[in-house]
Amino acid sequence: MSDYESYLKGSPLEVQVISRRFRIPNITSIDVFLAHDGYKALAKALKMKPEEVINEVKNSGLRGRGGAGFNTGMKWSFVPRQSPKPKYVACNADESEPGTCKDRPLMEYDPHQLLEGIAIAGYAIGSHQGYIYIRGEYRYLMDILDRAIAEAYARGYLGKNILGSGFDFDIATHTGAGAYECGEETALLNSLEGFRGNPRVKPPFPAVVGVYGCPTVVNNVETLSNVPAIILNGADWYAKLGTPKNGGTRLFCLSGHINRPGVYELPMGFPLRRMIEEVGGGIPGGKKLKAVIPGGSSCPVLTADEIDVAMDFDSVAKIGSMLGSGGVVMIDEDTCMVKMALRIMKFYAHESCGWCIPCREGTSWLEALLERFHSGAGLATDADTALDVSYNMLGKTLCPLGDAAALPTISIVKKFRGEFEEHLKLGACPYERKAVAVA
Amino acid sequence: MPETMTTAAPSAVTLTIDGKTVTAPPGTLLIEAAKQAGIEVPSFCYYPGMALQGACRMCLVSIEKMGKLQTACTTTVAPGMVVHTENDEVRNARKAMLEFLLTNHPLDCPVCDKGGECELQDAVFRYGAAETRFMESKLHHEEKQFSKLIYYDWPRCILCYRCVRVCDEIMDVNAYGVAFRAAHSEIIPNRGEKLECEECGMCVDICPVGALTSGTYRYKTRPWEMNYTGTVCNHCGDGCKTTLSIRNNEIIRANNRDHSGINGEFLCVKGRFGWDFVNSQERLLEPRVRRNGSQAPASWDDALGLAVERLKAVIKEHGRDAVAVIGSNRTSNEENYLLQRLARSVLGTNNIDHHRTADYASLVGALTAAGAKDRHATMAEIASANSILLIGNDPTQQHPLVALQIREAVRQHGAHLYVINRNRIKLAERQAAVFAEVKNETEALASLIGDSPSGELAALREKLQAESDTVVIFGSEIQGRDVQRLVRWALALPGRTRFVALGDYANSRGAADMGLLPNTLPGYSPVSDVAASARFESVWGGSIPSKPGRNIREIIVDIDSGAIKALLVFGSNPAKTFGVSKETLAKLSLLFVADLFPTETAAMADVVVPAASFAEKSGTVTNLCGEVQALRKTMRKAGTRSDFEILLALARLLGAAWPYRTPDDVLREIVERVPGYSIALPHLLVGGAVPTRPEGAPLALERADLVFSSGDSLFTSGSVSRFSWALNAPEEARRPRGHIF
Ligand SMILES: Cc1cc2nc3c(=O)[nH]c(=O)nc-3n(C[C@H](O)[C@H](O)[C@H](O)COP(=O)(O)O)c2cc1C
Ligand code: SF4
Ligand code: SF4
Ligand code: SF4
Ligand code: FES
Repeated sequence: MSDYESYLKGSPLEVQVISRRFRIPNITSIDVFLAHDGYKALAKALKMKPEEVINEVKNSGLRGRGGAGFNTGMKWSFVPRQSPKPKYVACNADESEPGTCKDRPLMEYDPHQLLEGIAIAGYAIGSHQGYIYIRGEYRYLMDILDRAIAEAYARGYLGKNILGSGFDFDIATHTGAGAYECGEETALLNSLEGFRGNPRVKPPFPAVVGVYGCPTVVNNVETLSNVPAIILNGADWYAKLGTPKNGGTRLFCLSGHINRPGVYELPMGFPLRRMIEEVGGGIPGGKKLKAVIPGGSSCPVLTADEIDVAMDFDSVAKIGSMLGSGGVVMIDEDTCMVKMALRIMKFYAHESCGWCIPCREGTSWLEALLERFHSGAGLATDADTALDVSYNMLGKTLCPLGDAAALPTISIVKKFRGEFEEHLKLGACPYERKAVAVA
Repeated sequence: MPETMTTAAPSAVTLTIDGKTVTAPPGTLLIEAAKQAGIEVPSFCYYPGMALQGACRMCLVSIEKMGKLQTACTTTVAPGMVVHTENDEVRNARKAMLEFLLTNHPLDCPVCDKGGECELQDAVFRYGAAETRFMESKLHHEEKQFSKLIYYDWPRCILCYRCVRVCDEIMDVNAYGVAFRAAHSEIIPNRGEKLECEECGMCVDICPVGALTSGTYRYKTRPWEMNYTGTVCNHCGDGCKTTLSIRNNEIIRANNRDHSGINGEFLCVKGRFGWDFVNSQERLLEPRVRRNGSQAPASWDDALGLAVERLKAVIKEHGRDAVAVIGSNRTSNEENYLLQRLARSVLGTNNIDHHRTADYASLVGALTAAGAKDRHATMAEIASANSILLIGNDPTQQHPLVALQIREAVRQHGAHLYVINRNRIKLAERQAAVFAEVKNETEALASLIGDSPSGELAALREKLQAESDTVVIFGSEIQGRDVQRLVRWALALPGRTRFVALGDYANSRGAADMGLLPNTLPGYSPVSDVAASARFESVWGGSIPSKPGRNIREIIVDIDSGAIKALLVFGSNPAKTFGVSKETLAKLSLLFVADLFPTETAAMADVVVPAASFAEKSGTVTNLCGEVQALRKTMRKAGTRSDFEILLALARLLGAAWPYRTPDDVLREIVERVPGYSIALPHLLVGGAVPTRPEGAPLALERADLVFSSGDSLFTSGSVSRFSWALNAPEEARRPRGHIF
């Protein structure tokens, strides 16, 4: 049944806020959830004014866990209070960023916490309908959520007149069909409405024109899962868990060349070096670390020399990368960085929605170029061409996927230029040669 | 399509573009504001009047205080904005976008239909680089035949989604979608492997590159090898302006090249592809004369000589009223004017009529009587209407431009459409605010304007009476006294109610206006009106018979009874339209037919002469809104003569001395003599559509079965469409009429 031990290994360094109930048996059932403070935050929020709820979330320093790290309370405050149209909450459960698997346990091991967060968000912005948009590969999580939703309706935590407050709120789940791009908030809205999953022109932003042209808040699963704890324990308590402007904790997903891969809840600003060495147990086989992707495949890679950084949005941004989605990928010394760049580009060339020219053509071009280069048929101009093509995409695409493809490439070409030169000189991949020699 | 720009409102925004101070209304897109200032920002996916895409990224410009380049096609003007469209960053971005576009592009310009008029070529020429750094193999997909008329070449497609949007937003057909993703994205038909659509070819026209090509034009020529002549489509009564592209005396293509005129870039399948009847192998190219029971080729002199000889004999033996004339819905105003002059002042009879497809006489009569002769809506006024009442007809099938105008009124500014129809026509299903599905439009009209309208009609009337301004459009279902009732009632609605009667063909309205009617002179005065007759007699000499002639039904009956012995038919096929039997026609001493094709009527003729088509002559036609436009001679077809030339020759042989040398001479007389036609010629000459304001007091409609529509579909056009390959080739042409896409 539960395979959580495979990726919820636990660590004494964890500060468990949103993961605190993960290991409670049968927590997905509403009775067990209620016995562990379940829906208390919703009850409390319903006694507050909607503006008070928004302010509490704003002051907590909760920032979007989907990747962009925008202040959540601020986003909610952009929704027009008076709207002739209905308003919506769309929970982004499309989790597809390579290296990222944190929304999964939140839905698998504490679905009611998410529903509670969505309902509070709905109350705060004056919405009566929430949607959970779940990636197609998470179909089994949708069943868990659907069961939890049914229970919440049966007990009056969803539906009409919740807890006698006069507030009505419904939640429905919707599954994607296997497109990374459908995690981008406006592509998600298109997909949710039944259209092709390409992004929309912004502005207008979803907070003003979202689902069916109505004001919509789009938030990540983890973001919304944090809301009940903030309401229960207060903005200050939450803010103090993290660093300035980076409130709370975060689920970090350690993967790649690491001894104890898994999902760990650590305070915002936790040092990356300790994360690798103490939480993750270091690099397998005593090998040396070569590089780290700090926040999912869309981020510029860090070299082994750059890991003395606090893992919060602002600190990572300061050294030229991003905290992103919390997917921390370790890369050891035996990894070919050209191949790494190629592998990443294969993903984006496959997942680009194809809507806009620079991303559609750029990812396909870079994939072909890197493929050829890595195979040994590189030209002396290729590394510069790859850089230039990436810069021609950067900041020029309709949605950030183009940047997401360009940034890691730029960082790899720049930081590991030597490996490109080696490929050129050898006319082959030095790492694959080594492998052959060893065998 | 209406422009998205409006003129500067008082609260205009002032900004700077490339150092120029520009003022534009709030909400104006940067790309449009720049255009107004004479600054071109290159674009592919942006298209005025259609949804914004932000897809091609060609329009990136730099805006001070903004971190990255912005798309001028989606950014609206803001006060104090400082924009640069020509700095290094912008130039490099453009070059980069073009480099991207060319990576997988086949660059087969030398054989591409679009070569020479391709937006990608032009953009690369102007903004691109001369070399590529792309070393990889290009992606390739095979070309697809989307339909007999439309092909798709994936490698050339730049995915601007114009085709998708024009079909969905403008045509309301939604035949296209996008499949797959990333570099494999492709345009696909939405309803299976093949297009299921109106086959209007708007997608081909709007495609900036050679990705969508026309089944009739592809690989035939290079654009610079053709001559271009602006003229008017000869099919339905809407009167779309079109440019015929001619090479070696043959039409190769039709499109409204400069997007001017009443239809902008619009043409339906008939206008865009259905001109090919002109090139048909079945065109009559030499006169034929019946001798000993069967038709045989003859010279023009022999054919016209024989016709005149027989005419004279009939008149001599049976009198002038033994002769009758049937005119055409497609010949020019000048030809129609001369035809009735031939009948009235040379042959001396009012036995002249045509297949009336809308009751224009009653409309003009009713408006004149109400002192509202200027209440004919123009084509543009349909699109700008706030409220439209549509009774009868199915414009989507029969009047594609009118249907487009109605859809645009609804789409662009939320006009309310009220539909009364016996069928669930597409406009009723898709655009109507209120649809009254009725058994019969005539009865419905009586109920609508009566004391207690029933059901939906009551709701419809209530809403109409609350509208500020209404355009009333009606088909042949409403005729005679009902037109008068409708006009009287609708003029009492709020605002300046205007009217359109939907006549089937290119010059249906002109035929009525020019007096191809037994009781009415050009301009709708009765033949019994002495003063009105004098207007014409003073230039024609002689006198016009004052007794109304026989209408077309009476003509047919009297051919049978033997009272009519000679019948002249110009551009009409009464054997089919009115079901006149061979036996009846065989009773005539002379059946003279001038036509393009060997029709059922021509097959029975004693003398058949090959007429020129619309593309082979000059003149004017009047569309169903009463707007006059110029036909221009684009080519010649050896062996044929225009009806103008034929009529001149007949008149001469009959002893009349007509002063006309060119159709222009006739037009000047029409402008001078026909009430409502005193139009400004310069506007006409530059390709404009000039509204007319006919007035008169025509006699009441003689009987109900004189006015009826042929009920053509999108793919038929009377007897002509049989001779078009393009109108028969598409699968959709074989669907039951009224099929909704
Ligand atoms: C290509 C792309 C993919 C994305 N995928 C996800 C995703 O899977 N889950 C997610 O929560 N946000 C994803 N995002 C971010 C969303 O656009 C959006 O910023 C987020 O859902 C907002 O929620 P938050 O403020 O709670 O982070 C993606 C963004 C891009 C550009
Ligand atoms: S950047 Fe890529 S994913 Fe985003 S719209 Fe453009 S093509 Fe689609
Ligand atoms: S077929 Fe033409 S119009 Fe359609 S998307 Fe491709 S390039 Fe654009
Ligand atoms: S709408 Fe009528 S006039 Fe216009 S192209 Fe079609 S057939 Fe010709
Ligand atoms: S014209 Fe602006 S993005 Fe295409």
